[in-house]
Amino acid sequence: MLIFVIRRIGTMALTMLVVSILLFLLLELQPGNVAIKVLGPYSSEEQRNLWLEANGYFEPVYQRYLSWLLNFVTGDFGESVRFKVPVGEILWPRLANTGILAAATLAVVVPISLLLGVLAGMREGSKLDRTISVGSIITTSIPEFASAPLLGAIFVFWLGWLPGTSGMIDGFDITQLILPVMVLALYDFGYVTRMTRASMAEVMMTHYIRTAVLKGLPYRVVIMKHALRNALIAPFTVIMLQINWLLSGVIVVEFFFAYKGFGALLLEASLNQDIFMIEACAMVAVFVAVATQTIADLGYTYLNPRIRFS
Amino acid sequence: MAVDTQDVPRRESGLLRTLKGIALIRESAVGVIGLTIIVFWVLVALLADVIAPFPPNQNYIPLATPLTPTLDGSGMFWLGTDLQGRDILSRIIHGSRKVLMLAPLATLCAYAVGIPMGLAAGYKRGWVDDVLSFLSNVILSFPILVLYVIIIATVGSSAINILLAVTFASAPGIMRIVRGLVLDLRNREYVFAAETRGEPGWRIMLIEILPNARGPLIVDACLRVGYVIITIGVLGFLGLGLPPPDPDWGGMINEFRVMSMSFPHMTVFPCLAISSLVLGFNLLADGLREVSLRD
Repeated sequence: MLIFVIRRIGTMALTMLVVSILLFLLLELQPGNVAIKVLGPYSSEEQRNLWLEANGYFEPVYQRYLSWLLNFVTGDFGESVRFKVPVGEILWPRLANTGILAAATLAVVVPISLLLGVLAGMREGSKLDRTISVGSIITTSIPEFASAPLLGAIFVFWLGWLPGTSGMIDGFDITQLILPVMVLALYDFGYVTRMTRASMAEVMMTHYIRTAVLKGLPYRVVIMKHALRNALIAPFTVIMLQINWLLSGVIVVEFFFAYKGFGALLLEASLNQDIFMIEACAMVAVFVAVATQTIADLGYTYLNPRIRFS
Repeated sequence: MAVDTQDVPRRESGLLRTLKGIALIRESAVGVIGLTIIVFWVLVALLADVIAPFPPNQNYIPLATPLTPTLDGSGMFWLGTDLQGRDILSRIIHGSRKVLMLAPLATLCAYAVGIPMGLAAGYKRGWVDDVLSFLSNVILSFPILVLYVIIIATVGSSAINILLAVTFASAPGIMRIVRGLVLDLRNREYVFAAETRGEPGWRIMLIEILPNARGPLIVDACLRVGYVIITIGVLGFLGLGLPPPDPDWGGMINEFRVMSMSFPHMTVFPCLAISSLVLGFNLLADGLREVSLRD
């Protein structure tokens, strides 16, 4: 177990290293543009060169990378080119905002999709199953950038119930959170439902369920006591991986609703070639991706004794 | 000794069997609906010049609501016009061309890269597998949308770059699927037979293994085309899509997203168009899976 965790942490460090190198090289493809982004399109060639020199852009790329890496490891993420303040000052509050959005989405998605998935998987091929399955295909087919204007049109334009932006300018406002959460949940719940359904349907085919049914147990007891426990192991992994998806999937929603979160920050950083900000965001993203994957694997091992002991 | 070969039916060619397999889709209602939606959009794209009531970049009355007649009364803006007075229906019709060209092409490219990688990793094993698997893990551990945004924001937006970005980001996933299938298939008897005959590795991979892995791959390809359509749409929506003024569904939503709460007709119809196309591919994939599980 310990060896497993240590190996995972090693892989994570290696992955983060490779990703950070790739990003540096990728952003290296367009030198000079950073200066235009910072100084504006009307700056002279001379001004740009001065700025690039002052910020160390003429040093060889490996030297810049190494100095960034040294600083990063010691917790200094560098200064944002765009905001002109340390990256951490911007990054952590934004990440917290996205955390709120993600938590609210999960709180909606998990109960709904588990319930629907179990209902559909209980009797595979039944009318209820087909309805839920096709319904979940339909909702997953509506991309977030389409459902956001659609739901906006309904709840903001026609009904006038909800605010159309989520800038949270006058402090935190829960009503501004409803539309983004709705958009994210609508897109996401179908996938978790289908995974839960598949897992449930598989369990319902097993011998011990047949035995339980044949020995005359009430259907409720069969489902609640025998089937659910095993059927919910696989969805656990899927739900853990949704956390990772939520971190990057929110880009569209945050952009549309002007929500000040991690995804919007990353988009802004990419468009402005804010290299230290991009690197820091990417490291956070990779860290969350590998960490949730590891927790998912550990949890799976813990929940499923067959894997633990073999 | 004369062997009576009459009773043994001739084995049909691989292509014919694949086509027959795909034709089974008619047994799945969901699959047929999906296929119908896709065929509908393909026809719309092919006949765009004929059926579009107006040229897509021509300016008429700005901000006309749906069902507004033209000034001379000869026609009708069925879905209204946008801020620049361009007919939305015509723009949606013409916009279908881009997405239907680019999405399958990009998926094909991703498969062209991912399949050889997966075959090599699954069949050769050893260090080839280790290196390819590590590389794909690195790329896959990266949130996919973030990857697209960073690539396109850096190298600039054009059809070629979108194609390359999709290939780069999807090939590892395809590799993983192919690798898993090959790990299973490589222990089949016909593979051993081919090895005993002394056939070269590439022949075994391409002729013995790959055709037998086609079922799950076709289903995956359908789902993936749907994802790629969404991706192209997202890039357009984030302002990283194909350059204007030619219509592009994601771009149409982006252009007027700030006004979508007050003039919803400008964004609602492109949203419905892209959702229906993605839905078509997802339903087709579901139907194909259902049919393939049956036998």
